[in-house]
Amino acid sequence: MTKIVVDPITRIEGHLRIEAEISNGKIVDAWSSSTMFRGIEKILKTRDPRDAWYFTQRFCGVCTTVHSIASIRAVENALGIKVPPNAELIRNIIMGIQNVQDHVIHFYHLHALDWVDITSALKADPAKTAALAASLSDWPLNSTTYFKGVQDKLKAFVSKGRLGPFANGYWGHSAMKLPAEANLMATAHYLEALEWQKDVIRIHAILGSKNPHPQTFLVGGMAIPIDLDSQNALNADKLAEITGLLKKAKDFVEKVYIPDLLAVASFYKDWAAIGGGVGNYMSYGEFPDPVSGKQLFPPGIILGKDLSKVHPVDQKKIAEYVDRSWYEYSGGQGKGLHPYEGETEAKYSGPKPPYKNLDTDRKYSWVKAPRYEERPMEVGPLAKLLVAFASGHKETKDAVTLVLKHLNVGPEALFSTLGRTGARGIDCLITAQQLPTWLMQLEDNIAKGDIRIHAQDKWDPSTWPAEASGYGWHEAPRGALGHWIKIKDKQILNYQAVVPSTWNASPRDHKGQRGPYEEALIGTPVADPNRPVEILRTIHSFDPCLACAVHLLDSTGNELVRVTVK
Amino acid sequence: MGKKSGDDVLAGTGPELDFSRQLSERGVSRRDFMKFCSAMSAALALPATFAPKIAQALDEVKRPTLVWLEFQGCTGDTEALLRASSPTVAEIVLDILSIDYAETIMAAAGNLAEENLSKVVKNEKGKYIAVVEGSIPLKDDGIYCCIGGRTAVDIAREVCGGSFATIAVGTCASYGGIPAAAPNPTGAVSVKEAVPGATVLNIPGCPLNSDNLTAAIVHFLLFKKLPAVDSFGRPLFAFGKRIHDNCERRGHFDAGQYVEKWGDEAHRKGHCLYKMGCKGPETFHNCPSQRYNEKTSWPVASGHGCAGCSQPMFWDTLTPLYRRLPNVPGFGIESTADKIGLGLAVGTAAVFAGHGVVSALRGEDKKEGKKREDMTHDKDRR
Repeated sequence: MTKIVVDPITRIEGHLRIEAEISNGKIVDAWSSSTMFRGIEKILKTRDPRDAWYFTQRFCGVCTTVHSIASIRAVENALGIKVPPNAELIRNIIMGIQNVQDHVIHFYHLHALDWVDITSALKADPAKTAALAASLSDWPLNSTTYFKGVQDKLKAFVSKGRLGPFANGYWGHSAMKLPAEANLMATAHYLEALEWQKDVIRIHAILGSKNPHPQTFLVGGMAIPIDLDSQNALNADKLAEITGLLKKAKDFVEKVYIPDLLAVASFYKDWAAIGGGVGNYMSYGEFPDPVSGKQLFPPGIILGKDLSKVHPVDQKKIAEYVDRSWYEYSGGQGKGLHPYEGETEAKYSGPKPPYKNLDTDRKYSWVKAPRYEERPMEVGPLAKLLVAFASGHKETKDAVTLVLKHLNVGPEALFSTLGRTGARGIDCLITAQQLPTWLMQLEDNIAKGDIRIHAQDKWDPSTWPAEASGYGWHEAPRGALGHWIKIKDKQILNYQAVVPSTWNASPRDHKGQRGPYEEALIGTPVADPNRPVEILRTIHSFDPCLACAVHLLDSTGNELVRVTVK
Repeated sequence: MGKKSGDDVLAGTGPELDFSRQLSERGVSRRDFMKFCSAMSAALALPATFAPKIAQALDEVKRPTLVWLEFQGCTGDTEALLRASSPTVAEIVLDILSIDYAETIMAAAGNLAEENLSKVVKNEKGKYIAVVEGSIPLKDDGIYCCIGGRTAVDIAREVCGGSFATIAVGTCASYGGIPAAAPNPTGAVSVKEAVPGATVLNIPGCPLNSDNLTAAIVHFLLFKKLPAVDSFGRPLFAFGKRIHDNCERRGHFDAGQYVEKWGDEAHRKGHCLYKMGCKGPETFHNCPSQRYNEKTSWPVASGHGCAGCSQPMFWDTLTPLYRRLPNVPGFGIESTADKIGLGLAVGTAAVFAGHGVVSALRGEDKKEGKKREDMTHDKDRR
């Protein structure tokens, strides 16, 4: 038995550490630990609830819109605000393009180097690469000249003898299975995606000033005014630009990302039987219709990998445990607390740094353990698709069926590392194809003369009740995200976020049940414990976002000392 | 090579420069590159004739090493870098810098990743540039941020302490940022406070504008020193002027035309956001000119007020977001942060001084900053 440590897990957002026990070349036990804590929810106390979106946005600069959305929804829920249809549609477009861009970045820039051997691309035949790419799609850059150009660039880079961020990668590892041509194709698209992502996300800048951290969200609506006759508002000029960028987004997903995903997956089909995890899946659903509120992707829960039944989600059944996390509950251990009643005090009890190993028999992470009716739940694109698939959502059913058929595998292949990575692609595709519809709906509204972007009423805190509480959900690129807020005397009394990576990266709970990362690692093969690329494959398939995952709610009631400008 | 005149470089008549060749190998034409250098000159507020010199300076440097550390951050500054607005060339300039360590993008993980970092620290002592994103927690011996079993402060002291210079990117690394907002649960501080001996340039913003980072690096390569800074350690080329004085909506402020409600006629027509809580009058940053995402927009242009995100401790001193600032004078274009900013944002200055950073600035930079500031005044007076 060997215990290995991977810290830092790179190519993720934030600070994650994995410790794993390996026996006979396979992982037999694993511990997931987050090693960074900021306490933003504690910082939120007593502040203006209308500011919360701006603070919580800083949970994460990668999924840079998701906490803003969950936050304004939570406050709107607490105060009973219904936002105008235009604001819902602008939010859908902002969320949608975030989802699409984020998934593509994840595939190429965070996940690909687990599967793609860049050094092998040097040996590829550019003509054969072009033939391979052309067999997959009619992307205009599928030419010999293009791939030769990329390969030449790569050769020049490598010949300088300094690999920069690619130094010490998993090159030549026995787990790398792609032929040289596929490696060259994926490497070329790695570079292309780098260009593409900064182009398409300009939609956030057009609608919301900048990205990362668009500055446009408002409790009650959005801050971008609509006026076809103004240079300083959303007008035909800007709508046309967004139309073009949405097309660019969709084209790349359809003609590059999905073909690459399928091509890479076909060489790694063994990973459809690895990385299964806890087998419970939860999605909050997303993309409300601006009028009816009906969601494009339905919410629901799948238990024990049983796709024959979709259970409803009830926020009251969520509780967080800290038996194995570095916090203390006043009522003692072994009890979970609902986010509204959450009570947490940070108390580090781990080893004194520098340390080699955490004390994994006791508390070992800054992430809490959220549970749904005491069950660990996996969240993310796979959960979203399984719920939609099992609910009979047509677009999802069609896309999933097509992918399974293409790879010649059954639905059971979905419950795996490869399934997670594939689901992200399908989610991206459906969203990219849906995005133009929301823009058209927005244009229709404007054409009818509706230019409202804000609810107006209840903006002024003097219209608020003395006390209010609410929650806001968002199916983020990484899965089910929820914010809970309690407002008293126009200030934040309590704020709690239970985010996707809290669910997925959670440590063990009061019953000793592993969290989804930990469970998914069991059985994962590790050919070389000194270069455990297989651990990265399964962990990256969840797309970890750790800065989001760690939060703290203060219930001690301490008076906060604040310096303010008069 | 060093003797070539700028005109030769521009005309493309001289022998191939190393750097230009490297660029063309990456599919970037000399024309694109010169365009980039001109953009950089503009960002640095230098006359256009500097462009060839920048090209030459970049050419002469053999891929200096850069390591990117992230501590209590949100990766927003890394993401900002991925959106750099002269993208193709900026990517390549960064590539040419040899980024040997950057957790978000590097292939290696765990020990293999840490090996890359320790190699730089050991083999290139005093030569590499360290970039830091995120604040550094000091409370409880720094246990609120550990990487590879070591605390952030321990890593920062070794890596930043051994660097040629450290660039703090974003408001968290520059001033503590959101983790340091009241009640600062983890004792979060800026890089300069955590590593007082290091030479630190602060490029705040939430996140920073990556054009300002690229410009600072180019400045460093060109002039072999860090740019002049204000008393908050920010380069004057990007933080020397007040947003309010350069705002495209300033005319509406002076004319008394204000947005009163979200989506009202004034909002639609692009009037002043002062009454909606805009913090432009207390904020020093080049957002109005530099903008974001390939100069697409910036907050005021998209209808939301400035949050003051480049100001030290703005999380406490300039919130609530939607509360209007008191007593904003109509004029003051001649002033820098050191003059007007301290007077206006009393809270900011007090909190900042309390953190003890002002006194930690290097003497040389101060002098340089003074000179630049005086020049600015002369120009404005004319």
